[in-house]
Amino acid sequence: MKIFVAGLNHNTADVEVRERVAFNGPKLEEGLIRLKAIPEVDEALILSTCNRMELYVNVKDTSKASESIRAFLSEFHNIDKELLGKSLYFHEGVTAVRHIFRVASSLDSMVIGEPQILGQLKEAFEFALEKKTTGILLNRLMKKAISVAKRVRSETKIAEHAVSVSFAAVELAKKIFTDLSDKVFMLLGAGEMAELAARHLMSNGVREVIVANRSYDRACELSKEFNGRPVKLDNFLQEMIRSDIVICSTGAQNYILLKDQMQKVMKERKQRPVFIIDISVPRNIDPDINDLDNVYLYNIDDLQGIVDANKFERQNEAEKAGKIVEEEIEPFLKWVSSLDSVPTIVALREKAEKIRKDEIDKLLNKFPDMEEKQRMAVDCMTSAIVNKLIHPPTAALKNGSEDRDFLIAAIKKLYGIGDEKNEGG
Amino acid sequence: MGLILFELALISYFAATLVGIIELFKGRRITSRIMLFFVGVGFAFHTANIIYRYVVAGHIPITNFHESTSFFSWSIVFIFFVLQFRYKVSILCSFVMPVVSVLMLSSSMLPQEIQPLSPVLRSYWLVIHTIVAFLGNAAFALASGIGTMYLVQEHYVKSKHLGGLFVRLPSLQTLDALNYKLITLGFPLLTLAIISGSLWAESAWGSYWRWDPREVWSLITWFIYAIVLHARLVVGWRGKKAAILSIVGFLTILIAFFGIKLLHKGLHVFL
Repeated sequence: MKIFVAGLNHNTADVEVRERVAFNGPKLEEGLIRLKAIPEVDEALILSTCNRMELYVNVKDTSKASESIRAFLSEFHNIDKELLGKSLYFHEGVTAVRHIFRVASSLDSMVIGEPQILGQLKEAFEFALEKKTTGILLNRLMKKAISVAKRVRSETKIAEHAVSVSFAAVELAKKIFTDLSDKVFMLLGAGEMAELAARHLMSNGVREVIVANRSYDRACELSKEFNGRPVKLDNFLQEMIRSDIVICSTGAQNYILLKDQMQKVMKERKQRPVFIIDISVPRNIDPDINDLDNVYLYNIDDLQGIVDANKFERQNEAEKAGKIVEEEIEPFLKWVSSLDSVPTIVALREKAEKIRKDEIDKLLNKFPDMEEKQRMAVDCMTSAIVNKLIHPPTAALKNGSEDRDFLIAAIKKLYGIGDEKNEGG
Repeated sequence: MGLILFELALISYFAATLVGIIELFKGRRITSRIMLFFVGVGFAFHTANIIYRYVVAGHIPITNFHESTSFFSWSIVFIFFVLQFRYKVSILCSFVMPVVSVLMLSSSMLPQEIQPLSPVLRSYWLVIHTIVAFLGNAAFALASGIGTMYLVQEHYVKSKHLGGLFVRLPSLQTLDALNYKLITLGFPLLTLAIISGSLWAESAWGSYWRWDPREVWSLITWFIYAIVLHARLVVGWRGKKAAILSIVGFLTILIAFFGIKLLHKGLHVFL
């Protein structure tokens, strides 16, 4: 009974390799069932995301398991063993538990602290539960990993700040406005980053989208995509009066919005706050606009500065999170090693119960006309004797931590319990 | 008995203030819970103290400077809880509890004996005028706390350094809306306080208005908040300007409250 991890992630494998070994769609179910069918594997779970593919298994023998899992992966995904070997890593015992806890807590992620991984892990666990490929050990391990991740999230600030430009823009918008769902959003110009930021904003729900572009055709095209209303770029000042959030990324070589123009706009808006993000290079909006009351102007460098500061902050928080993970490993391993004694305890109980039943049968054969009351009394008495006799050894097996292996061997020998593989758990 | 209750309230408010300062620098969910716990305990003792004094004196205990300062603090904490219940702005505590602690401390240093009320003041106007006046002032106190929070948050957003409190402070729009709500609550109460005060003055001294220093300062405060409301509704002075004005307004109230007591002895003998 050993916890074993085999996997690869964004650090060890290129995207080409990760794509090939991904368990997506119907592959997940098939893969999980075939993994579980490997003779060394008692329990199995597959976590497959765009940045990692990991197999969490409970195996009988780790050295045999690593061979057969390697073979399984190479065969299943039809990928060269050598290529796979370069990317794969294996963990067992303490390091496996540590690895799983760190993955769940998003300490092993490409963007440390990103929240998706915990959800993906939960899904993988639920899928394995549904397919009944996990048992006592992995179930407990996954529940613990999820609770460790939650503890990390509530006790550190690891997921507190945005670490991408477009998320930083949304985070800022949420600190300027109470509710984005009654806000009007205008996209001025286009461009990859502007569209990404626009998508993030819209996934948080805005009331109305206006798309302004130098080319009206392009504006129409984009507004279809964003479910918005196209306007000509020349008319954008008029639309500024209604817009609460503006993302600007036109190809203009000079400022298209000056301070005194904005002042007029603000007067028309009755000073309602406006958040402007200028991600164009060279800048399209006069930076002095930020001095106006209730106008918040951010350019690409400002957002990048916030992202860098947040990344630094996350690094610090990751250290705290690492300590939390370490704290949780030992109690879990203690529980795992207590599992070793479970088959012996069960065997001991079964043996005692069998002796008792046999002796009662003999007694009843000798005295067939015993009354029901007397039979009950005999039953009760023998149960009590058996329980009292086997209580101390079972208690010792459950509690003893250092000399557990010795105790297991001793009890097997003293009570003559066979070494037949008992997986009754 | 009354003294013990008062001191327990004072100690709890101090504890809340200390935790509130920690909350500002190293805020966690747990610090904000501890802070609210202390404010709650303090408020319970404080309420008990006021009820006790009411029972012993037989009239509403807002008849000397100790009692009125104490009731002022009580009103601030009371309105804070109303806000907390509806809008969950526990961090407001960190901004308001220092003021409450200072008020309570000054109250504790004033003579605390329960004195018989002079017949001139014995009137239902006492109850109406004082309660309305202090609840109104308390609303303005909280508006200035919210205004301070607005200025801090707006500083983060404008300067583009999103450190420290940025994450835990509410959005600018929320703070501005709360500030406005508190002023629209405080303003009618202040108006009522001035009207009921002059009616009471008429029945006690036979004249509605005597240009007593407190009356003058109340009028100044009233004009300041009238300007705040007018500027917001007509000119669109919101956000930063409204926040600054609400802080100025509350400072005026404090001057009116303490300054006059130290400099003059007007008709408002008990205040």
